[in-house]
Amino acid sequence: MRDTLSGQTGQIVEAPPVAHRPATGSRRAASRLLTRIPGWLLIGLLLVVEVYPLLWLLLSSFKTNAEFTQGAFYALPAHLDWQNYSQAWTSGMGVYFLNSVLTVFPSLALILALSLAAGFALEVMKWRWSNPVLLLFLAGIMVPSQMLLLPLFTIYFHAQLIDTRWALIITYTGFGLPLTVFLMAGFFKAVPREVLEAAVLDGASIYQVFFRVALPMVANGIVTIALVQFFFLWNDLLFSLTFISSDNLRTIQTGLLNFTGEFGQVQWGPTFAAIALAVFPTLVIYLVLNQQVIKGLTAGSLKG
Amino acid sequence: MEAMLRDRRAVLALIGPALLVYTLIVMVPVVWSLVYTLYEGNVIAGFQFVGFHNYGALFSDKLFWQSLVFTVKYAIVVTVGQVGIGLLLALLYIFYLGKASGVIRTLVFFPVVLPTVAVAQLFSKIFEIVPQYGLVNALLHLAHLDAWIQPWLGQGNSAFWVIVIMDIWRSMGFYAVLLFAGLLDIPADLIEAARVDGAAGLRLIRYVILPLLTPILFSSFIFSINGTLKVFDSILALTNGGPGQTTTPLTLYMFNTAFSNGEYGYGSTVATSLAILCLVVTLLIFRSARRDVA
Repeated sequence: MRDTLSGQTGQIVEAPPVAHRPATGSRRAASRLLTRIPGWLLIGLLLVVEVYPLLWLLLSSFKTNAEFTQGAFYALPAHLDWQNYSQAWTSGMGVYFLNSVLTVFPSLALILALSLAAGFALEVMKWRWSNPVLLLFLAGIMVPSQMLLLPLFTIYFHAQLIDTRWALIITYTGFGLPLTVFLMAGFFKAVPREVLEAAVLDGASIYQVFFRVALPMVANGIVTIALVQFFFLWNDLLFSLTFISSDNLRTIQTGLLNFTGEFGQVQWGPTFAAIALAVFPTLVIYLVLNQQVIKGLTAGSLKG
Repeated sequence: MEAMLRDRRAVLALIGPALLVYTLIVMVPVVWSLVYTLYEGNVIAGFQFVGFHNYGALFSDKLFWQSLVFTVKYAIVVTVGQVGIGLLLALLYIFYLGKASGVIRTLVFFPVVLPTVAVAQLFSKIFEIVPQYGLVNALLHLAHLDAWIQPWLGQGNSAFWVIVIMDIWRSMGFYAVLLFAGLLDIPADLIEAARVDGAAGLRLIRYVILPLLTPILFSSFIFSINGTLKVFDSILALTNGGPGQTTTPLTLYMFNTAFSNGEYGYGSTVATSLAILCLVVTLLIFRSARRDVA
């Protein structure tokens, strides 16, 4: 984390200035310890505030209905009851989950393919309009999605794409492009020109330079962008809510909304299990790749 | 090499697809949306040209003003909360935790990637009152503060604060990391020099650290206010704008106008006014930033 943050911003401050000043004398040390206690309390409180709601979610997802009504809210579930999960999965969440996978990953692949090619053309190749076109993409980052909604609905309505996965895939791809193209161009900028030139001298065509030389060199960037876009798309609510109306095509977020609308009032167990199911993929990815996720998400904003 | 990089057909083949999709899905709809503001009707009933009537209608629309006021109030409170608490966290990371802050930073950042709908459902359970007490009411009951037990999401005022708490909870880790990166950029010898000159504690923060952090604070504000003015997911999933219209932001008002009432033209006008609002606020912050830095 420290590396990536410093790398992003250039200057490196090795150690935080205050924490490492040597204390002189044991009384100083004792008073320092005392002044530190409020800080540690604050951190403890922070962890409780941050972690407890999620822990509560997890524990509750294993509780039976009787445990909810009779037991205390902080009580542990009597045993790991997977019943809630299987009920949530079979009464809709499984279908929603599959729909999300079937829309998010094709969109992700399209975004990456299109923005890789565009980033290469904008940053490596030389043509007169490269700067204005980059600015055009940049302008798209600021557009609120609500402005696209009605025209896109009209287009899809006439093209009979409403209530199909295509409507979502097309929208996700187009709306994801501005930020990805912009970030991709930045990654290609960092590729040393000498490497590309050497490949050309060896007789490679421009496409070979793109696929065989430049692409592998931005592999890290591809992973970062894929992660950021994955979270945006997986968590999308607005587009899915607008373009999808049949229950069996709903993605995970609109599906979850629908699910809790149906079950939420009476059946807490399956509802908590459904929420946990929606959270699960993001949790797994974050557990494995958190540093890259943090780097990617903050990089996207620092530029703007 | 030169000739190859100037190969026009290759440029077209590489940039063409992305530019085409982007133009069709983003650029054309933006213009189209502006045209819609001059019309009345919807895709099924057909459209009728009405000139600037929609813009005039905004001024006498009480619900529009109510959502505008809600949006602005929400944006200001959440932005101050997000960036303020983010700043406190960043200071905590760097002064109390130092090198060990990695785990805490990662943990506090986690809600940023959680699906908003899931978080909203979780919070609606936390603040629930029927059929059984959620976490908050159960805790109040446990502490014998039964008088405070209430339908948190059933009253406009408390619902507002629940939304605020949820969205600050979701995003404070993000701003903490942004500002932490800014703090790492401050040269250590500068802080040391200020200490030698006698600055410590709050004075050090107020007169040395904050001024040096100004650029990144401003970008945090711009980022946060732009996000919060466009709030949609968390409110739709938590209160759906209710009770009544009390927690309806502009985005949700636009959505309901367009899709429940079938008024595309008016919906586009609301969306456009939101885009203009975002633009104006961003420019205002930019201008004050310039003056501040100069």
